[in-house]
Amino acid sequence: MNVEGILLQLTALVVALVLGPLLTGWVNQCRAWLQGRRAPPLTQPFRALHKLFWKESVMAHEASAMYRAAPYVVFSCMLLACMIIPTLTTNLPLAPAADAIALVGLFALARLFVSLAAMDVGTAFGSLGARREMLVGFLAEPAFLMVLFTASLISSSTSLATIVSSLAHREIAILPSLAFAGVAFTMVSLAENARVPVDNPATHLELTMIHEALLLEYSGRHLALMEWAASLKLFAYSCAGLALFFPWGVAQANDRVALALALPVLVAKLAAGGFLLALIETILAKMRIFRVPEFLATAFLLGVLALLVRLLLGA
Amino acid sequence: MNPSSPAIDGILAVVAAWLALGAAGLAAPRSFRFVAHVLFPVSAALSLVLAGLGLAALPAAAQAVVLPIGLPDLPFHLRLDALSAFFLVVLGLASAGITVFAAGYFRAGEGTAPGVMGLQYHVFLAAMALVLVADDAYAFMVSWEAMALASFFLVTTNHRIPEIQRAGFLYLLVAHVGAIAILLCFGVLQANTGDYTFANMRAQHLSPFWASAAFLLALFGFGAKAGILPLHVWLPEAHPAAPSPVSALMSGVMLKTAIYGMARVAFDLLGTPVWWWGVVALAVGLATALFGAVFAAAQVDMKRLLAYSSIENIGLVVIAMGLAIVFTAYRMLPLAALAMTAMLYHCANHAVFKSLLFLGTGSVLHATQERNLGRLGGLMRYMPWVATTSLVGVIASAGLPPSNGFVSEWLLLQGFLFTGALPNPYLRMLVPVFAAGVVLVAALAGYVMVKFYGVIFLGRPREEKLAHAHDAGLLERLGLAWLTAFCVLLGLFPVEVMEVIDPIPSLLLGRGLVQGGHIGDTFLLAPVSPERASYSPLAILGVGLAVAGLVFVLVRRFYHGRVRRAAPWDCGYPWQTARMQDTAEGFGQPIRQIFEPLFRMKRELPTAFDAAPRYRVTIEDPMWGGIYARIAAATESVSRFVGMLQRGRIAIYLLYSFLTLVALLFLTQA
Amino acid sequence: MNPLAPQVVNLFAAGLLLLAFAMLAQRRIVTLIDLFALQGLALVGSTVTMAWATDQPHLYYSAAITFALKVVALPWILHRLVRRLNVKWDVETLINIPTMMIVGILLVVFAFNLALPISELSRSFARGTLGIALACVLMSFLMMITRSKAVPQVIGFLSMENGLFFAATSATYGMPMVVELGIALDVLVGMVILGVFLFQIREQFDSLDIHHLEKLKED
Repeated sequence: MNVEGILLQLTALVVALVLGPLLTGWVNQCRAWLQGRRAPPLTQPFRALHKLFWKESVMAHEASAMYRAAPYVVFSCMLLACMIIPTLTTNLPLAPAADAIALVGLFALARLFVSLAAMDVGTAFGSLGARREMLVGFLAEPAFLMVLFTASLISSSTSLATIVSSLAHREIAILPSLAFAGVAFTMVSLAENARVPVDNPATHLELTMIHEALLLEYSGRHLALMEWAASLKLFAYSCAGLALFFPWGVAQANDRVALALALPVLVAKLAAGGFLLALIETILAKMRIFRVPEFLATAFLLGVLALLVRLLLGA
Repeated sequence: MNPSSPAIDGILAVVAAWLALGAAGLAAPRSFRFVAHVLFPVSAALSLVLAGLGLAALPAAAQAVVLPIGLPDLPFHLRLDALSAFFLVVLGLASAGITVFAAGYFRAGEGTAPGVMGLQYHVFLAAMALVLVADDAYAFMVSWEAMALASFFLVTTNHRIPEIQRAGFLYLLVAHVGAIAILLCFGVLQANTGDYTFANMRAQHLSPFWASAAFLLALFGFGAKAGILPLHVWLPEAHPAAPSPVSALMSGVMLKTAIYGMARVAFDLLGTPVWWWGVVALAVGLATALFGAVFAAAQVDMKRLLAYSSIENIGLVVIAMGLAIVFTAYRMLPLAALAMTAMLYHCANHAVFKSLLFLGTGSVLHATQERNLGRLGGLMRYMPWVATTSLVGVIASAGLPPSNGFVSEWLLLQGFLFTGALPNPYLRMLVPVFAAGVVLVAALAGYVMVKFYGVIFLGRPREEKLAHAHDAGLLERLGLAWLTAFCVLLGLFPVEVMEVIDPIPSLLLGRGLVQGGHIGDTFLLAPVSPERASYSPLAILGVGLAVAGLVFVLVRRFYHGRVRRAAPWDCGYPWQTARMQDTAEGFGQPIRQIFEPLFRMKRELPTAFDAAPRYRVTIEDPMWGGIYARIAAATESVSRFVGMLQRGRIAIYLLYSFLTLVALLFLTQA
Repeated sequence: MNPLAPQVVNLFAAGLLLLAFAMLAQRRIVTLIDLFALQGLALVGSTVTMAWATDQPHLYYSAAITFALKVVALPWILHRLVRRLNVKWDVETLINIPTMMIVGILLVVFAFNLALPISELSRSFARGTLGIALACVLMSFLMMITRSKAVPQVIGFLSMENGLFFAATSATYGMPMVVELGIALDVLVGMVILGVFLFQIREQFDSLDIHHLEKLKED
């Protein structure tokens, strides 16, 4: 570990903290345009966060330490994930601390705390949200892991940095197994980030809400941290997807030119990805909650299939 | 072979001391304070001694002694090698915490007199230690049966309750069916030489047919004790029946002796395994793990839930063993060492976190007199000690970083990921499917644990009396803290733990992980190479805590830390009651729906016009109807047939004897 | 030969398999038809790639026929049929979809092992995809088994033909032109007959649910 490494790591941290809410804002903007509404400004999520941080936190009488600790735990899990995924460069000192499996483990840890915190106050909506969140999680996590395993098999490594550098140097644009994995990944990331076919973060409808039900009791700085964590999660998933399927532009170790270019390339890729996400959200209809397990099981099985195709075709 | 070995002498001394402690309890069987506050703490110290002896013996060469006890010409052969030593360490570490907890747990006036209970408890401990060092079938079976009987008596501590009697009987029955299979397995292994020492079994070279028969018998026999499908039925019955420390000991340690037995037969006594044994173990293990996880999600009794979760974890261990067998069969030794390390690591982890969770349920049970999740809730406020330690156990059991449960699952998945080079094409394709199954099980475990923790400790108390719940006592806290500490240590220092485990693969496979190459240092675990895979729990925990702390400070610095307490919001609904939270049934409902074909469910749904609507759902283990009911029916019809022989007249019975005699004479003549 | 060609063919093969799975998991008939058309397109893509890589002009013709028939004609007929029969709504499958997909995955593993010895005999550069072709055939079969409505069954039948066609091209660079034309004609005629048949079924039972056909057996 050297000074440059630490600087790169800090840059990755700051980039995640800034780009995360911006990405959320961008997706909201695109969705508004596509749906013919007037778009909120790009920095709207930051304004909302700032406002929430100033507000006092209203807590239920019953809320215990778990409720107060969870936002910090969840936020640091997500930030840690963003610091591990190669966003700008593969040369991150913290990257060896967690490989693909540990990354999924970090997301799962955050999910555990979100769900437990939602159950803590003891309201009907909280436990409903926790149950649904775990339902999504227990199928989405394996599916995501299968996607990552496919990439691991291709590069015979579970380390994200190695995966990215070996995928960036392959000769053909899309490997067949990655095509399967890509479909599975898209499905998973829609579910994991509470996006439209699975969840709709814009409503508070009892029949549909997952993410909002979890955060229903939160307010003030705790809510701000949770929301920030949610946009970090979206950022982390987007970057993981970009790293797996469009790894070009991520700087390798000691490549100064690439490093300078990495940020604009990342922003461009994220902008395209965010637009695509908004498009998907606009086109698709929210599905019934009973269909969600089926949707995610399909994603999981597609992930398994990607793994099999990798082994069968060797491609 | 040296005739006397200080390590084995030490272990025998601990065993003898345990037995003496048990006997001492009989001197004052009703004196609660003597048994609980004198004998049990001493016993915990002995556990520590045992763990220390095991730890010292792990890297040492195997030692053996012959103990002239038992029948003439049939002495006890004892042997201490790395595999035994490792499980002795697990036994010592887990039982130290459990025993301290038990010292504070047992209450006067509950079931068996404390002195008698102390005897059973210590015979149980001593028998487990002897099982682990036995080196011939005779010594093994004697200690095995002693272990089964002692635990049977412990399970039926509250023997006046018919349900508990039934559970105990079921346990004894399955244990004996298993013991018969183990005995048959040893019979096959000695290959008609009449010499039942393990040394002789090692020397025999069985034909593939007989070797496979021995393996399958061992899988069945030890599987009955470990709780693999479909022999798991006793677990969910026995655990709720037994007092919590006993559940902890059975689930945390006794199940591991069965794993020890399987590993001993598969890797040591049988020599080189055949590849399809591994596939059998993988399939059985995956079925067990999935079944356990799915059923755990549907349980409403907290100890039953943990029992199913134990089944799930045993499944994972058997999967790791299957993987190790496959790799050993194809002589891919580095990978076999990795899988075996994962298996042993998970054994240690499960021993620690499952004991911890069972003890936690014990404290809850004492504080609330309630095992039903539907009547618990909100205990975090009244029992902060138990809640905090249980949280660590829950994270470990859910297999999340940076806990210990994650490390072993990580190692197992690494083992799965590097199987591309397997020479068998079917196997090469099926192995990733197994990996997918493992991942699914791990994720389901998270679901189960959120349900377990959320319903017991979080939310609002579902009953009024819960507000009077008191936290665990001092000794109980000590026991919980001990196990919690090991959950954390096993999670944070994986490299050190793997170095401790390493002599076992070196012994059984001829090649260890550490020996084969560098596996990293304290800060970075990298079993193959840092480019392929690495994991650093210390860094994750350190950076995570630093970030959380920094955020906390920054928010206070730039904004404020004001908090106002109010009624919960809940979308503005004012008439909230604790009954509106998800029940345990409700929380498990999605899993029940997804895996519906697995369940045998009976549901009573109220109609819209019921004046007093009732909702009831009961879930039955499909194995009961599917397998056990049929066996029972078959047994009954056979016995009815046999019953026809019963005529009630002496002359006819004499005729039977006469006919038998004639038939036998005829046969010998032929 | 271009070294990229096998990879492109592999990609199309994977696309074919992916579409086969998508069809297995799809409830809406209209989407099913679109997926079928896409499958045809993937087939055209792989055939053209093979024609270009091995420089065999007859493969271009068969690609053209495939395009005309499977991407344009049949989907058009099917869409028309669905409109005329008015069966646009979702159709529940007989087995739930995840179970079906697990069976599908097992079929893939099975098909690949089955195809392994055959593909070693072949000299084609795309022989590795024979397993996928076989898997597509088996999965179309599975789809026909698990649907209770007649139209998805017809689509299953047609997509089975896709799999067979792909098997032929990947193992032996396509069948002789005469055979191919014959099959194309067969499929077209079969489609017409099935269309007529579907109208007859509906006339008879007021529904396209093939459960009703069970009544036709002699008691």
